[in-house]
Amino acid sequence: MSNTTYEPDETVDARGATCPGPLMDLIGKVKESDPGTVIELRTSDSGSKTDVPEWLDEAGHDLLGIEDAEEGSEWDIYVEVT
Amino acid sequence: MGHLRGGDLSGAARSPLPTMPHEIIVVGGGTGGTVLANRLADRLDAEIADGAVHVTLLSDDPQHVYKPVFLYVPFGEKTVADARRPLRDLVDDRIDVVVDRLTAVDTDEKRLTLRDRPDWTYDQLVLATGASLAPEEVPGLEAGAHHFYGPEGATALRDELATFTEGHLVLSVVGVPHMCPAAPVEFVLMVDDWLRERGRREDVDLTYTYPIQRAHGLQPVADWASAQFEQRDIALETFVNVETVDPDAQTVETVEGAEFDYDLLVAIPPHAGSDVVAEAGLGEDGWVDVDKHTLEATAAEDVYAIGDVADVPTSKAGSVAHFEAGPVADRIASRARGETPTASYDGKTVCFLEAGTDAATFIEFGYGDEPTVRPASKMLHWAKLGYNESYWLTARGLL
Repeated sequence: MSNTTYEPDETVDARGATCPGPLMDLIGKVKESDPGTVIELRTSDSGSKTDVPEWLDEAGHDLLGIEDAEEGSEWDIYVEVT
Repeated sequence: MGHLRGGDLSGAARSPLPTMPHEIIVVGGGTGGTVLANRLADRLDAEIADGAVHVTLLSDDPQHVYKPVFLYVPFGEKTVADARRPLRDLVDDRIDVVVDRLTAVDTDEKRLTLRDRPDWTYDQLVLATGASLAPEEVPGLEAGAHHFYGPEGATALRDELATFTEGHLVLSVVGVPHMCPAAPVEFVLMVDDWLRERGRREDVDLTYTYPIQRAHGLQPVADWASAQFEQRDIALETFVNVETVDPDAQTVETVEGAEFDYDLLVAIPPHAGSDVVAEAGLGEDGWVDVDKHTLEATAAEDVYAIGDVADVPTSKAGSVAHFEAGPVADRIASRARGETPTASYDGKTVCFLEAGTDAATFIEFGYGDEPTVRPASKMLHWAKLGYNESYWLTARGLL
């Protein structure tokens, strides 16, 4: 866990899954979460860095940040459900 | 049939009963389980003949169902009966075929609980239990939407389509991952042709929706499909994640806060793995966590998963189950002989893609590859139809 900035309420570990797996896993978690919930998406699909922000923009949730977790091969994306 | 645990055949027996056969149990009578059982009969021919190995194929359905046939049922090109053959007829005589339902797996004790029989034990276990439909996950979906992912759904859609002469037909991919990832694109291109052939297309608006920002998870397929849709006046709506369906008002609300109307909704329902898998601790969501090359479960020894139930980063397609069965049969045979298995699955996936009612293309790729979508042709359409017929040889392990 590389994060020191955000304190997630929920973690979705989608490492190893390819597109659209990580985004779909995140959407599933957002659907069942209350407003204010902070979700950490762990992903090894580099496409998530663009897919996820685009979906958040479309759906109206907040992107808190994207952190490099594993030297360019894994990322942790932090989202707040609105 | 004892189903008492035996051991490997190397002399370094793991069992206190070295005279008992090495028990290999394959659960699931779909493409993966059937092809695998037939491969095992070949790979372990001598060992089965002398009683050192015993292979059982367990299925809760005495019929084998070839699901890709259902895509053609709504258009009257195939019938539900075309998708079924007796499982026993497709499986080598050296394999015991047992019809019963697996209800629990204890991987520590290597024990299986069955619905109608006393417990079995195994030396090596393969789970090929497939995926099931879970429309109940989305309120209103079951009552409000049609589908072509099973016999009843495909038949009901055929009847609905037969009298559908005007209005808004929406194909909505609700559940991802789903079986046969090309099928939603195929359906919408086929229905476009089918309506044109009947002079109804001008009175029908067609829309295709997908949950992410493009028309398909695979970028080349998304690009190809988007171009096809544009040429044929099929509306593409992306970032559509269905939240609820109102069957009375014929409206759909999305997670993204949008709403759309429909007259005929054809949905790809959410899919579910297996409760048995989740309860056995083999995979949280009912899909078995496996090593993507060996197909061995990460949470238990001597357990494999192939086909839709295996959580690997490629499509839930029949070809995947087929191509996984070869290396898994080799690995199981090696283990049964006390050898070190070396066979490996590279993610090979092949999908035909219907581009309408008389042309098709296909894609082939492995782990990490981007497929190339070739130009659609009549020849490939015939090849797809020919493959669907020769599938029964594939299931027998002959192709």
